[in-house]
Amino acid sequence: MKSVQARKLKEWVIEKSILLSGIFSVVFVLLIFLFLLREGFSLFRGESVIDFLFGKSWYPISDPPRFGILPLILGSLLVTLGAAAISVPIGIAAALFIAEIAPLRLREALKAGIELLAAIPSVVIGFIGMITLGPWIKNLFNIPTGLTALTGSVTLAFMAMPTIVSIAEDAITAVPRQYREAAIAMGATQWQTTWRIVARAARPGMLAAVMLGIGRVIGETMAVMMVTGNAAVIPTGFLQPVRTLTATIAAEMGESVQGGPHYAALFAIGIVLFIITFLINGVADLFLHRSRR
Amino acid sequence: MVNPQHKFSVRNFNVHYDHFSALRNLNLEINANEIFTVIGPANSGKTTFLNSLNRLIDLVPASRCSGEILLDGIDIRAGMEVETLRRKVGIVFALPLPLPISIFENVVFGLRMQGVRDLRRLNQAVERSLRESYLWDEVKDRLSTPAMNLSGGQQQRLCTARILAGQPDVLLFDEPTSGLDPISTARIEETLLILKKKYTVVLVTNNVAQAARVGERTAFFLMGEMIEVSETGKMFTTPADTRTGDYITGKFG
Amino acid sequence: MDPRRSQKIAFAVLLLATLLVVLPVVVILAIIVAKGASAISWDFLFSMPREGMSAGGILPAILGTLYLVLGAVIFAVPLGVMAAIYLVEYSSDNRMSRLVKLAIVNLAGVPSVVYGLFGLGIFVTFFGFGASILSGSLTLGIMILPVIITSSREALESVPKHFRTVSLSLGASRWQTIRHSVLPHALPGILTGMILGLGRAAGETAPILFTVAAFYLPRLPQSVFDQSMALPYHLYVISTQVPGIAENVRYGTALVLLTLVLLLNLAAIVLRSRFRRKKKW
Repeated sequence: MKSVQARKLKEWVIEKSILLSGIFSVVFVLLIFLFLLREGFSLFRGESVIDFLFGKSWYPISDPPRFGILPLILGSLLVTLGAAAISVPIGIAAALFIAEIAPLRLREALKAGIELLAAIPSVVIGFIGMITLGPWIKNLFNIPTGLTALTGSVTLAFMAMPTIVSIAEDAITAVPRQYREAAIAMGATQWQTTWRIVARAARPGMLAAVMLGIGRVIGETMAVMMVTGNAAVIPTGFLQPVRTLTATIAAEMGESVQGGPHYAALFAIGIVLFIITFLINGVADLFLHRSRR
Repeated sequence: MVNPQHKFSVRNFNVHYDHFSALRNLNLEINANEIFTVIGPANSGKTTFLNSLNRLIDLVPASRCSGEILLDGIDIRAGMEVETLRRKVGIVFALPLPLPISIFENVVFGLRMQGVRDLRRLNQAVERSLRESYLWDEVKDRLSTPAMNLSGGQQQRLCTARILAGQPDVLLFDEPTSGLDPISTARIEETLLILKKKYTVVLVTNNVAQAARVGERTAFFLMGEMIEVSETGKMFTTPADTRTGDYITGKFG
Repeated sequence: MDPRRSQKIAFAVLLLATLLVVLPVVVILAIIVAKGASAISWDFLFSMPREGMSAGGILPAILGTLYLVLGAVIFAVPLGVMAAIYLVEYSSDNRMSRLVKLAIVNLAGVPSVVYGLFGLGIFVTFFGFGASILSGSLTLGIMILPVIITSSREALESVPKHFRTVSLSLGASRWQTIRHSVLPHALPGILTGMILGLGRAAGETAPILFTVAAFYLPRLPQSVFDQSMALPYHLYVISTQVPGIAENVRYGTALVLLTLVLLLNLAAIVLRSRFRRKKKW
C-alpha cells in the first residue's frame, strides 16, 4: 500500500513538472520581451520613439550620438525584398517540382538535400558569399566593392529557400488527391492540374511559406553582416553597401558601454526585430491553420 | 438495498457528448456470472454504455456523465480509483489491438503496471491466462516474439488473455468478432461460454445471431435509450416492443 | 499553345528552379572541401592556436563548441520533451495549450541575434554568470527549444491513439501509459529532434557573440564560468577581423564546422527514415 502512495507522489511530481515545462515556453517568450524592454527602454528617456524609428542618421559614437534607425530599417528592407524576389519564385517552383513531378526516389533525395542546405551554418554561407560571390559581383558591375545589398540578397535568398521549399512542399502534398483525380479525369494535363488546381488549393500554405522565409531573412545576422559591407547610410540602390538591423546589433554590441545609450539603442533595435518577427510568424501561423482546415 | 447477485447496478445514468445525448436515463442490473449481451443498430449507445462501465468514457474530452453505476454496490466514480476499476473490469475492443511488444509482455502489461516484478508470478499468470483464452498451445513456444505477428483471431484471444492476467471480475467485449472470419468467431464464442463460469461477461454485438447464441440476458438499445431488457430466449421469441422485433428480424439496422 | 508542349516547358522551368536550390549546396560543399582539405591535419585539429591565430590549430574552438552544444542539450532536451508531453498528452485543446503553441511558433521565429541580446541581458548581466560557457549554453538551449518541442510533438503524435487506450484500459495510470506505451515508440523521433537541435546549436554564431565567445583564447576552458572560443565565431573572426590568415586555414575551419553540423543532420535524416520504415503500425 505504501508503494502505491509513493508511486502516486512520484506521478504527481512528474505531472506537475510536465505542466511547468509547458508553461516555461510561454515564460521564455515573455522573458525575452521583458529583458529587451528592460535594457532598451532607457533609450527613450532621452530620445523619442519617432526620432528613433524615423531618424535619418545612425552615428552611435559621435558626440552627441544620433540614434536614428531608418537607414538600418531600409537596409534590412532592401536586402529582404531582393532576397524575396529571388527566393520566392524559385522556391515555390522547386516545391511544385518536388511535390508533384519528381519520382519518389528523387523526391526523397531532393528533400534531404534541401534539409542539408538549411543546416549549413549561416557563418559558413556568409564566408562563401564574401569570398566568392563578392568579388564576382564587383567585377560584373565594375564597382569599388562587391559587398553590397545585392550580394546580401543573393546570399540570403539561398538561406530562405529551404524554409520556403519545405513548407510550401508540405502544403502542396496536403492537397487532397481527389482534386487531382477530378482534374485529370476531366482531361487536364498534369501541368494544368498542378498549376490550376493544386497550386491554387495550396495557396494559404504557400503564403505561410513565403512569410516564414521572409522572417528567416529579416532575422539572419552573420551571413548578412559578412556580405553587405555594413555602411549605415540610407541606401539608394542594390549596388551599394548597406547595414541591416541585425548586423548592427552583432557588429556594435561588443564596443558599446553596458548601460549606456548606445547599448540601450542596440536593445531597442532588438525590440523592433522581436516585434517584426512576432507579427510575421503570427500571420504565417494563421495561414498555416487555415490551410490545414 | 444491494443485491449480491448484481455485479453492476446502473441507475439513472446519462451520457452527453457536447450537446448530443448519447445515453439517456439508463437503469439496469447485470448479474454475476452471466453473459449479458447488448444489441442495437449503429449509434444506439452500446459502446458508450460499455465504455462507461470502466470509465474509458472519460477519455472522450467532451463527455459528461450523470447518474451512478455501482460495481458490487460501490460507486465506480466516488468509491474507487479509476485504475482499480479498470483492473477489475477488463475490456476487449472491436479490433484486435495488441501493443507492439512481445506476446509475453502484452499479457503481463497490466501486472507490470501494478508493480509485479516476481518472474515466477508473471510466468504463472501468462500460462494461466493464455490457457483460459485457448491460445497457450499455439504460442507457448514463441512467447518472446512480437504479438503483431499473430493472426487476427489469435490477436483477439491474446487481448482476452491480457485482461485475464489481471484476474478481473468483469470482462467487457465490444463487438470482438466484427473483424474476424467465421471460424475465429466460433472459437471466441466458445471461449465466452467457458469464461462466464468464472467471470461476468458483457458482450456488445451488432450480430443479432451471436447474441442469440451466447447471451443469457439481452438488452436492446436504440438511439441512446434502452428499449427493453429480458432473457435472451424471451426477447427473440416474444419481444415486448415492436421496435425490438423489427430490429431482430432485420427490418432495420 | 498545345497543352502538351506547355507542360514540357513548365516542367523544364520547375526542374531548373529545383537545380538552382540544390546545386549551390553541392557547389558550396565542393569549394570548401577542395580548398580546405589541405589544412586538415592532426596538428590543426588537436593543438592550440599560435601567433594570433595565424598558426597552430583550432582545438579550443572545437572543444568550446562541443561544450556549448552539450550544455544546450542538457538544458533544452528535458524541458522540451516535457513541454511536448504536456501539449500532446495532457492539455486538451484549451486556451493554455494554444498559448503554448503560439509561444513555440514565436520562439522559433525570434532572430538568433535577439537570443544573443536576451542571453546578454538575463544570463550574463542579470544572473551575473558573465560571458561564460554557462551563459552561452543556456542561450543556445532556449534557442533550440522550439526545434526539440516540435519534433518531439510530432513523434508523440505519431504514436497511435489506441496504444494509450489499451494501456489505460489495463489499469495503467496516465503517467505509466506515457512512460511505457507512448515514449518508447516516440523515442527515435525525439532523438532525431535532439540531433537537429545539436546541429543548430553547433552552427549558430549570433547567440554566442555576447554571451560566451572569446576572440582569441589559446587555452582550454576550466569551468562552466569560463569564456571559450567556438568554431562558428572563430570562422567569423579569422575571415573578417584578422587580416593575413592563410586561405586554407579559413577554408579548413569552415570545413571542420560544416562537417560537424552536416554529420549531425545526416544522422538525424538517417535515423528518421529508418524509424519510418521500421514502424509496424
